[in-house]
Amino acid sequence: MKRLHMALLAALVSASPVLADEEAELVINGDLHIVTRAPAAPHLEGHLDEVISGWVFRSDETQALQMDDFDNPGMVFVDRAMEVWNTVDGSEGKSCASCHNDPAESMKGIRAVYPKWVESAKEVRGIPAQVNDCRENRMGAKPWKYEGNEMAEMEALITLQSRGMTVDVAIDGPAQSTWERGKEIYYTRYGQLELSCANCHENNFGNMIRADHLSQGQINGFPAYRLKNTKLNTVHDRFKGCVRDTRGVPFKPGGAEFTALELYVASRGNGLMIEGPSVRN
Amino acid sequence: MASGVKPRVKVPKTAAAGEAVVIKTLISHEMESGQRKDKEGKVIPRSIINRFTCDFNGQNVIDVTLEPAISTNPYFQFEATVPETGEFVFTWHDDDGSVYEDKQSITVG
Amino acid sequence: MTFTRRETLALGLGAAALSVLPIHARAATWDELIAEFTGGAAMADTGITLTAPEIAENGNTVPIDVAAPGATAIMVLATGNPTPPVATFNFGPLAASQAASTRIRLAKTQDLIAIAKLADGSFAKAQATVKVTIGGCGG
Repeated sequence: MKRLHMALLAALVSASPVLADEEAELVINGDLHIVTRAPAAPHLEGHLDEVISGWVFRSDETQALQMDDFDNPGMVFVDRAMEVWNTVDGSEGKSCASCHNDPAESMKGIRAVYPKWVESAKEVRGIPAQVNDCRENRMGAKPWKYEGNEMAEMEALITLQSRGMTVDVAIDGPAQSTWERGKEIYYTRYGQLELSCANCHENNFGNMIRADHLSQGQINGFPAYRLKNTKLNTVHDRFKGCVRDTRGVPFKPGGAEFTALELYVASRGNGLMIEGPSVRN
Repeated sequence: MASGVKPRVKVPKTAAAGEAVVIKTLISHEMESGQRKDKEGKVIPRSIINRFTCDFNGQNVIDVTLEPAISTNPYFQFEATVPETGEFVFTWHDDDGSVYEDKQSITVG
Repeated sequence: MTFTRRETLALGLGAAALSVLPIHARAATWDELIAEFTGGAAMADTGITLTAPEIAENGNTVPIDVAAPGATAIMVLATGNPTPPVATFNFGPLAASQAASTRIRLAKTQDLIAIAKLADGSFAKAQATVKVTIGGCGG
């Protein structure tokens, strides 16, 4: 049975025609130099030598869209989130700005270290969980859907304040057991196709899966504006799509499993830079 | 008016007299093509931006007729001649009759 | 199958209505659209450029550029889309170049056609083939 599945994957995956310029350098707005290749973190020893941003695997045209903030269609949604940031919502008469003032100051560096252990909540949380905590407990507002547009756009606004900073999520201390859980999920085969994250994104990055150029599945570019659905997408939304493509039943966006997986996958990108909101296919 | 429609325009702040400047515009809009069906199999009615214009001090730069084959969040890039200090006016015309407008001034020095 | 007189009448009326529908009530084909735009005039194959990717990573958002120095208008058609019209660019007196870029939807691999109406009333045509890939892992 296992052999059959390996044969199936081998049939799906083929060597890559040269699609993208893999030597291209990502410079945003002519002045922000983004590291798209970095030595892999020590915990990846025996798995990966180098970590590579998903930007490298995209076509020239898609790469170009991320090199200018006006050409990047994700930025219009960051503008929209900035209006939401300043708009009072909920029973407490507060907006995000009431407590956090200017996101350029208050949110700088946040995205580079999330998901992280939140002591007050006694759990590892991604940014969306923190946003909803604020909405429910400080603003008295309704929580947003974890994979909805409002959440993706707010996360993009927060992410932008860390763009160009090096991903550095903690995997030890109180976060360690969650990280271990995420790692276990990463290497577990799911769905009728019995594919793990690693089958595609560790063993076959750079190869083609039908017409797609497989990347390492790095998440430093999220939220990502996808040409496919022409909106900003959260990490959990993308995970959901991946699991569904294995013909499996996805975990719940915002739930413990995807949060653990997000921490683990983020840690595989330690050393790369935050790119979000990025542009992907 | 369709919800959440937001225009973005990039125009230089200054130019030399008679200079050609690059203009980029984008508006957040679904551009529902009229070709798609909902879960019940009913055709989702067409709802697009059908016309985009750019004028400078009352003179036309570009006037575009858009069809459903223009992507979601319509984007245009083009060049305008700036003869004097003045104001660019951009309009996007929605199928539902709404007109979204943005204005950007530019100084010739 | 038998029709009542009333049904037959209704059918006849329907057919009559159908026969007088203007041409625009159904989707015009791309060659009809060209004929309408040019009035059937001949088209030069120089004087206009159409730039599009050879392979589009996603058919939902395909960047294209058109340029035709001195043109008053450029029409773009996607010959393989369910409805071929894409856009028509009309250039005003303050257009610094008769060129524009946009992003378009292509339903499948097909030819794009751009036709410029030049200032002297003549026409020019450019064509480009774009391969639209079917994703492996749309997600």
